Amino acid sequence: MSGADNVVWLGTPAFPEAARTALADSRLRANLRRATGTIRDKRLAVAAELEDWEELREKAAAIKRHTLRHLDRHLLRLEKAVTAAGGTVHWAADAAEANHIVTQLVQATGESEVVKVKSMATQEIGLNEALADAGIRAYETDLAELIVQLGGDRPSHILVPAIHRGRSEIREIFLREMGEWGRPAPEVLTDDPRDLAEAARLHLREKFLRAKVAVSGANFAAADTGTVAVVESEGNGRMCLTLPETLITVMGIEKVLPTFADLDVFLQLLPRSSTGERMNPYTSLWTGVTEGDGPSDFHLVLLDNGRTATLADEVGRQALSCIRCSACLNVCPVYERTGGHAYGSVYPGPIGAVLTPQLVGIENAASLPFASTLCGACYDACPVKINIPEVLVHLRAEAVEAKRRSRRLPTIEALAMKAAGAVLSSPRRLAAAQRLAALGGRLIARDGRIGALPGPFARWSGTRDTPAPPRESLRSWWRRTRTTARDERHTTAAEKGRR
Amino acid sequence: MSGRKTVLNAVRGALADVPGYESPDDGPLPHGRRADHAGPDIVGLFTERAAEYRATVVRATAADAAAAVGRALVRTGARSVVVPPGLPEDLVPEGPWSRLEDVPRLKVGQLDAADAVVTTAATAIAVTGTVTLDHGPGQGRRALTLLPDQHICVVRADQIVPDVPEALSRLDPYRPLTLISGPSATSDIELDRVEGVHGPRILDIVVIVDE
Repeated sequence: MSGADNVVWLGTPAFPEAARTALADSRLRANLRRATGTIRDKRLAVAAELEDWEELREKAAAIKRHTLRHLDRHLLRLEKAVTAAGGTVHWAADAAEANHIVTQLVQATGESEVVKVKSMATQEIGLNEALADAGIRAYETDLAELIVQLGGDRPSHILVPAIHRGRSEIREIFLREMGEWGRPAPEVLTDDPRDLAEAARLHLREKFLRAKVAVSGANFAAADTGTVAVVESEGNGRMCLTLPETLITVMGIEKVLPTFADLDVFLQLLPRSSTGERMNPYTSLWTGVTEGDGPSDFHLVLLDNGRTATLADEVGRQALSCIRCSACLNVCPVYERTGGHAYGSVYPGPIGAVLTPQLVGIENAASLPFASTLCGACYDACPVKINIPEVLVHLRAEAVEAKRRSRRLPTIEALAMKAAGAVLSSPRRLAAAQRLAALGGRLIARDGRIGALPGPFARWSGTRDTPAPPRESLRSWWRRTRTTARDERHTTAAEKGRR
Repeated sequence: MSGRKTVLNAVRGALADVPGYESPDDGPLPHGRRADHAGPDIVGLFTERAAEYRATVVRATAADAAAAVGRALVRTGARSVVVPPGLPEDLVPEGPWSRLEDVPRLKVGQLDAADAVVTTAATAIAVTGTVTLDHGPGQGRRALTLLPDQHICVVRADQIVPDVPEALSRLDPYRPLTLISGPSATSDIELDRVEGVHGPRILDIVVIVDE
């Protein structure tokens, strides 16, 4: 099993096809519009309260970029600090290795179930499935993850994986599935979010109380002290981090920060960017193990799984600065309409479109860099200033290049681009092409627009209306009118000289 | 080759473009000049912001603190109160509730059955309305403030700092730390905020101010 198998969902269609299906789902679109609209307004309001919001973003971006440039040193410091504080550090090059480490650690405890804090890293490596293969049941405890798990579903958002589900659907899932996994839902259950949250509280409480092993992700880890941070809202994180005897944290290597003090910038930016709150209800910070408080056995698994391949790309590496706030999803006009499933990856939306192809190789996610209008809203919203449009364009070039390498004959697109290159590099050829286009375009246009075209052009024309070319090109208009204007000016100057 | 060596070699290989003279320690300083987000009245701001996240906040003098704790317990009808080691003796008044001391350590079932817990705090943050626990004396191990449904946290006004950076600089990273901003909440259903999931659903904050 390679890492790519879990980051992208095999067998799911490429983005354009998946997006078409998603766009036809009016309930999905209504759910997404409501949810993203709500969160966008909240984020803007709390970000506007800090007059130095831009400086904070700059600072966070600078810390992340600089840390990545010396990632090996910071990881070694982190390992040393965590070990000194009584924890054990493991290193995993890929998903299979990480799953193997975690499975063995759970088996060593003799337990056959674990409680889980929401974690993108474990989602990415398909940990739940790997544990299930070893006869270990993993219970998701975050409300949205629970909804996804009970519904046999896939996550569609980084922060709120069940964003594609409305309250009435969630009620149905709870009534139908909770009994299969443990305590059934109350017989009388409305679709009021308050009631649904209460049902989740009752369902999971018994699991928290008996759990001996927990698996979490990490939002940050400070290399100088070995402190790990988990940011959450519901208290399920605190339950998992506090009550069990063994805690296994799986963390992408890019999550390390140089110092404990660096956390202040990120704890100001992350809650405001992700849930639009000044601070999330609960942030847990722990350093190794503490006698008499919390787990007595702590394991930190440092995960590569495509991150070093991403790091090697000088343009693309900035994607590793991501703190998984999901602000870019909430502001993206494409995400708002297609939802997360269309991206076919655990990392959907704009950040997914730049992260997924880099983690799994461009050939395994070639349509994702094109799943964007390049409007730049994601870059404006990103708290660590990842220039997503820049990376998208960079990856588009790579996707085209990868396609070229994989074929013996050039694609139609490549031929068209080559022809365009030849035309645009010669003024004479350009003028001739424009004259021809003006004539041809006007012949096939209707109401000033060129609609569907036949043959190889159909893929271009199928997704856009092209305005018919004007009768006269700018260049020929310029030459015609400019020449006259210059002549007039010459005359005026000559007249002045005579005076 | 071990995972450790594989990963470290891959990281180093990926960073071939980074010049050797650049050091991991010459990064940007976390504590540059910052804007003040708190203004002059940090106690007032803390009270307002904590209440915005549905914490019940009251001010009391030192002499009246126990009475304020008692009123919070009466309001919810609590029958049992967890009292962490090191909590000032007189902070939990006599009332129609039993006191559960954590010596010997309470079992999770006992904590789950308890109605409330009363603690002090390590520090509090005005801008975000956050109380911070380092689980030292008066606060107890982390489970004590997690399982009972009501958490009453007593904060001295001089423990309130303006913003997140000041709070972090006061905290000892080698202790377990919990930052609490309002009661447990979720936005997982249609991104609509609902208070009360797994953590305490009721958070009371008593701010002790001078006479």
